[in-house]
Amino acid sequence: MKYVDEYRSAPLVKGVIEEIRRTVTRPWTLMEICGGQTHAIVRHGIDQLLPPEIELVHGPGCPVCVTPLELIDKALAIASQPNVIFCSYGDMLRVPGSGRDLFSIKAQGGDVRVVYSPLDAVTLAQKNPEKQIVFFAIGFETTAPANVMSVIHAQRLGLTNFSVLVSHVRVPPAMKAILGSPHNRVQGFLLAGHVNAVMGYHEYPPLLEEFQIPMVVTGFEPLDIVQGILKTVQLLEEGKVELANAYQRAVTFDGLKSAQAAINKVFCECDRTWRGIGMIPMSGWCLRPEFEGFNAEKRFNVSNIHTQESSLCIAGQILQGLKKPHDCPAFGKECTTENPLGATMVSSEGACAAYYKYGR
Amino acid sequence: MTDETINIEGAVCAPPLPHGEQIVMGHGAGGRMSHQLIQKAFMSVFDNPALKSGDDAALVVPEHGKLSISTDAHVVFPLFFPGGDIGKLAVCGTVNDVAMLGAKPLYLTAGFILEEGLPMETLKLVVASMKSAADEAGVQIVAGDTKVVQRGKADGLYITTAGVGVVREGVNIGGAQAKVGDVVILSGSIGDHGIAVLGARGELGFESTIQSDVAPLNHLIDAMLDASNNVHVLRDPTRGGLATTLNEIAVQSNVGISLEEQSIPVHPEVNAACEMLGFDALYVANEGKLVAIVAKEDAEKVLSAMKQTRYGEGAIIIGEVTAEPKSRVLLKTALGSTRIVDMLAGEMLPRIC
Repeated sequence: MKYVDEYRSAPLVKGVIEEIRRTVTRPWTLMEICGGQTHAIVRHGIDQLLPPEIELVHGPGCPVCVTPLELIDKALAIASQPNVIFCSYGDMLRVPGSGRDLFSIKAQGGDVRVVYSPLDAVTLAQKNPEKQIVFFAIGFETTAPANVMSVIHAQRLGLTNFSVLVSHVRVPPAMKAILGSPHNRVQGFLLAGHVNAVMGYHEYPPLLEEFQIPMVVTGFEPLDIVQGILKTVQLLEEGKVELANAYQRAVTFDGLKSAQAAINKVFCECDRTWRGIGMIPMSGWCLRPEFEGFNAEKRFNVSNIHTQESSLCIAGQILQGLKKPHDCPAFGKECTTENPLGATMVSSEGACAAYYKYGR
Repeated sequence: MTDETINIEGAVCAPPLPHGEQIVMGHGAGGRMSHQLIQKAFMSVFDNPALKSGDDAALVVPEHGKLSISTDAHVVFPLFFPGGDIGKLAVCGTVNDVAMLGAKPLYLTAGFILEEGLPMETLKLVVASMKSAADEAGVQIVAGDTKVVQRGKADGLYITTAGVGVVREGVNIGGAQAKVGDVVILSGSIGDHGIAVLGARGELGFESTIQSDVAPLNHLIDAMLDASNNVHVLRDPTRGGLATTLNEIAVQSNVGISLEEQSIPVHPEVNAACEMLGFDALYVANEGKLVAIVAKEDAEKVLSAMKQTRYGEGAIIIGEVTAEPKSRVLLKTALGSTRIVDMLAGEMLPRIC
């Protein structure tokens, strides 16, 4: 497949890995922020090819994983209502709330649908004026432009039967929380290239300044990932604290201004609870007051649902890079992809699922 | 009063409407309408002596040897998709399952669950497609049943087929027969059916020309068994895809299976769709492909026999059977690393980003 195969070329990837080998002189711990990168790393076995000095820890960048249990319980409550068509990205259907998931709501008669684009949910709202259409707007900066477009589009069409259940999170505050933790081991960051494609990387210099570690914008194909690792290792070895871009074909410093403008029109920053981690101040996006009419939490009166996380699962420590999936006593035993106990086992982007699926 | 005075003498209830345009509940009531439907829609098309006898069961003369029997229920939506339809699927699915034990499929039965309101034209097209697939496979549809359910209780029509075939003399093929050192042969590219059906549902969000691979594979299997007595396992990787099928074989035979990622053929369009949706082609359904586990010394013979058949042109060796790790499928990635290929856990879900 053009523009994909080139970035999976074994000789090119191996060449860069050789260069990493030549560059590295001591152990370094790097974190890839994005769950999509975690998935690619284990799928292509990149971690096996790296020199032993380099340890990759997996970051909190799986939107499905970090969506808090409470929000999922709210989604389940809304989806159970008789006049509702509840629309979601596919892999959210399997995420367990307190004992149930969207699949079970569907089996019990709830109208739960997978959409590939939030605009499909808006179309459903147009076609079904007698129904309430709710879109589960989750994700990082990557999905935000499409999610806010659904609200903008619904407003433009004057739809009163469309609303969104928002659980949006942002990368920089999560990185700040990780770096600020007394247990932090991360010495260099591979930034989530698709987040940067939207947002650029102008938000990161303050983090660089505060925590004095190198950060490299990194893509998702094997060649992109090893180039990101190489650049980070080079900066670490040279003792440089720099912000570099190893994903120039998709990312500019400023990012997509039009997408950022759309996000800022609809969303404002707010505190957000991350599943397994807890509340991170100003780490999320919520609807601006002028778009409150599209807030499904208000429309369906589910704001009073409060759920505690399970104490068994160590997803939180995994999401912060403090532990690896193997460190969990339940990994592969009580907790499998068929019967996930926690968020990181649920999504295909979750570190536990990636380890389980690819036999790490 | 005019000439149009009502004349009650000799009045009779109006005969029921013929309902030739669509299925109504009466078509499943067992009376005249049912008989007419069976006669018109099924008997005249499938047309063979065993079916035409009109008895409660079909009478056939057993052939010598072991019987291979299978059944399969078909509920695909939409009913028609590029490269096939539910009728072709219902015939090929069972023909292939029967043939995978090294059997020559002979007879099928078909159970139809029709939804009230199904256009008769749709049924005709499906039945014609079944007939054409059955002819290609060389099997007869010798018995059937029809039920009609209320509108909304089914998705147009469902078809269950059962099939019976006779296993070749001296052939012992099964999922538990894979031996260490055997090679794994795949008959062609994977994922075509699953992506074609998604495309037909309008769920891809872009146009595609991908056709389902649905096809009867019994003649391909004949060619393979003519070429070698050392075909150990045959299986068609339908739902759950190649990954799930190979995991089943690894468990049944208590062996490891090692695959070469680069050798597994995937149509570029299927690959593109998978990349966009976050699917892995290894888990996408096929309906006209088989995976064969064959003794190494016969691999080339089998491969060249396959390549001379219509549905085996793209046949290729994709891996080998290993002693360890038992019950596991390993994949050597293009980069030279190794990962485990697990079974599909639940439903295949598109990833968020």
